[in-house]
Amino acid sequence: MASAPTVDAAFLDKDGNPLFHLEHEPHHPEGSSTMLGFWIYLMSDCLIFACLFATYAVLGGNYAAGPGPKDLFDLPLVALNTAMLLFSSITYGFAMLAMEKNRVAATQGWLAITGLFGLAFLGIELYEFSHLIHEGATPMRSGFLSAFFALVGTHGLHVTFGIIWLVTLMAQVAKKGLIPANQRRLMCLSMFWHFLDVVWIGVFTFVYLMGMLR
Amino acid sequence: MSAHGHSHHDDHHGQAPAHGTFGSYMIGFGLSVILTAIPFWLVMTGVLGDPQLTAFTIMGFAVAQILVHMIYFLHMNTRSEGGWTMLALIFTVVLVVITLAGSIWVMYHLNHNMMPHMQDMSAHDMSQMP
Repeated sequence: MASAPTVDAAFLDKDGNPLFHLEHEPHHPEGSSTMLGFWIYLMSDCLIFACLFATYAVLGGNYAAGPGPKDLFDLPLVALNTAMLLFSSITYGFAMLAMEKNRVAATQGWLAITGLFGLAFLGIELYEFSHLIHEGATPMRSGFLSAFFALVGTHGLHVTFGIIWLVTLMAQVAKKGLIPANQRRLMCLSMFWHFLDVVWIGVFTFVYLMGMLR
Repeated sequence: MSAHGHSHHDDHHGQAPAHGTFGSYMIGFGLSVILTAIPFWLVMTGVLGDPQLTAFTIMGFAVAQILVHMIYFLHMNTRSEGGWTMLALIFTVVLVVITLAGSIWVMYHLNHNMMPHMQDMSAHDMSQMP
């Protein structure tokens, strides 16, 4: 074992404390910075959606003599979709509450229900997209439809990857239980999932509801 | 951070405040349902009459619901991570506002100044643009 390194007086301040940085950072508990890092990622994801919203705001009125929002959108279907995502948000919240009480079965159950609501959301959205494309309202039809499919499709892709992540974490919890690493992962996915619901508020207000008012 | 200590304003069961409780999740859910249902009802019934007024009203509801989600589901506060999450959020909101307002502003003027025969074109003609 090496003794404490001797330090030249030139590298000490007047109180005798070293003026250099430690070669090894003081030990932080594993994953202590994960939540902040994941939050920064979500904020950068927010900027992607801001760009897509801006694109839709600019191109949303260019119909190229094609169908507009009033011809295409079905508000009761969008309301049902919104309800699915909102239900999945609260069930994920219940999964987090069960996780805090260390109840593995309840956590898994609520995660499964969350995943089913997410799948229902995706199913309804894919039904809507296929219906639009069947009617000839493809992304190639007009600037409005390009921007619409880019924005709503990107949100749908996020939900898709959220569900894949959710299934992965359910397998992890089934295998290793609610160990600290899995709790941390579930908290990250919780932020991701609630963040997607926040983006959807912007989508249904800005794209669907305001589209019907044009 | 230490100066603020640990607040227990949303802590009914003695757990860490950052994770929410059954009560806080249900409050958030209830508010979200109300703040979602009213804009859909306003647009589907057209009860306000004026589309411009309806648009501004539903934008207000959207902002309110985003705040509800931030507080009750994402557990945002000024204390978590020593205030860094709030700082990152504020920075992002500034960038989002610049991106959205800037794009709409610049493209509106571009359309206004670059379109041929702008003075002859109605809003309907604009919808023929690709």
